[in-house]
Amino acid sequence: MTATPPAGRIVWRTATVASVTAETARTRTVVFDIPGWTGHRAGQHVDVRLTAEDGYQTERSYSIASAPADPQVALTIERLDDGEVSPYLTGELRPGDVIELRGPIGGYFVWDIESGGPLFLVGGGSGIVPLMAMIRHRRASLAKTPDAAASLRTRLLYSSRAWEEIIYREELARLAAEDQTLEVVHTLTRSAPEGWPGYRRRIDRGMLAQTAWPANESPRVFVCGPTSLVESVANVLVELGHQPALVKTERFGPSGSSVPQ
Amino acid sequence: MTPISRGFRGRRPADGLAARLPPGQYETRDFPVLSAGPTPHTPLSAWDLTLRGPGGRSARWMWDEFATLPRETITVDIHCVTKWSKFDTKWEGVSIDTLISHAAAKQVTTGGYVLASCDGGYTTNLPLPDLTNGKAWIAFSYGGEPLAPEHGGPARLLVPHLYFWKSAKWVRELRFMDTDSPGFWEAAGYHNRGDPWREQRYTGDE
Repeated sequence: MTATPPAGRIVWRTATVASVTAETARTRTVVFDIPGWTGHRAGQHVDVRLTAEDGYQTERSYSIASAPADPQVALTIERLDDGEVSPYLTGELRPGDVIELRGPIGGYFVWDIESGGPLFLVGGGSGIVPLMAMIRHRRASLAKTPDAAASLRTRLLYSSRAWEEIIYREELARLAAEDQTLEVVHTLTRSAPEGWPGYRRRIDRGMLAQTAWPANESPRVFVCGPTSLVESVANVLVELGHQPALVKTERFGPSGSSVPQ
Repeated sequence: MTPISRGFRGRRPADGLAARLPPGQYETRDFPVLSAGPTPHTPLSAWDLTLRGPGGRSARWMWDEFATLPRETITVDIHCVTKWSKFDTKWEGVSIDTLISHAAAKQVTTGGYVLASCDGGYTTNLPLPDLTNGKAWIAFSYGGEPLAPEHGGPARLLVPHLYFWKSAKWVRELRFMDTDSPGFWEAAGYHNRGDPWREQRYTGDE
């Protein structure tokens, strides 16, 4: 297991909201202008700090959605109804507002063009966000070096509850239509439109056996989503012969169980 | 100067709990899982724990032997660098003090630093004083149940006064060293010591 260190202290910066865009009913993409931002790697996250008028502060971490080449930093945030921070970020923020932000953070769940391929991305719900940064990074880099596309062939397996809840649905469809080396496979776990031809169940062994690049091609695998999804996907991939060191995971949310897992 | 977040009120922790929350943390009742890769599943029959001294001598316990060591019940607050804190978590484990004294009987000496190594390749580094004098354990039970694989079972390091990545899951070896050597997250941008009360989250935090 290897990772790359950043240099120096990661300072708090003032970030100004440039735009807020609805992705789905529960998710918003907030784009920030951040003076002094030194760039990031696809897959990294930031810490957000909010300060109330009486000085009360709280912090949360969010994955970066934008490509490293993008001068602005985009976060895509899912509103958790009982959350303290996400309802504010998704419901209250508007252009011109300022918050504090520091990053980029994390040197392991990252993918650069130099990391190579093939690339197998597995996302659940808002777990798509750091994977989207990788897809956008790949797209931006291949625009300059199209010959690399075949060696960086990429599949995304993306689990959403319903068609309307697919984050970045149109952008993913457009990118896949324009690029024969990018395949996007959806599975819908709760409801699907009439005539939906795709998967309609939670990600399972059969689905992974069909969609993952064969283990002997040593694909770079990134799995991000709720804990239960990540646990099961990572376990199956190891059973299918993938080297654990090539399967990088990021879990979020509660364990989904009152007893410790 | 810190900008006020327009319209943000936030949720204050209940009276009496605020003092238990380090800066930037919030309380959760869940037990989130954070791991960099797949969860290893080591059967107890293949499990052992090794303490290795700087001179190369080592002490090793198979699971059945480890289970006979004096155990302690620990109730502590834990703090994850991803911002959640969980109060009054209940563990059972063998203190590092106990392991060191048993290892000393086999001429295993200590050093100023420790590198914990785990199934799956994870490592974390600590100064020895953060592990001794009743501050750290090898925990094998949580909430009265055997520790589940996702939470580090069969056994994990438990160092509750530091951010929880120092409480390495799936621990198999503690290596005593005379010099410090960064572990997995410490080499990936996280703080070398990780004291939550000083908010030592990342490299360069004071």
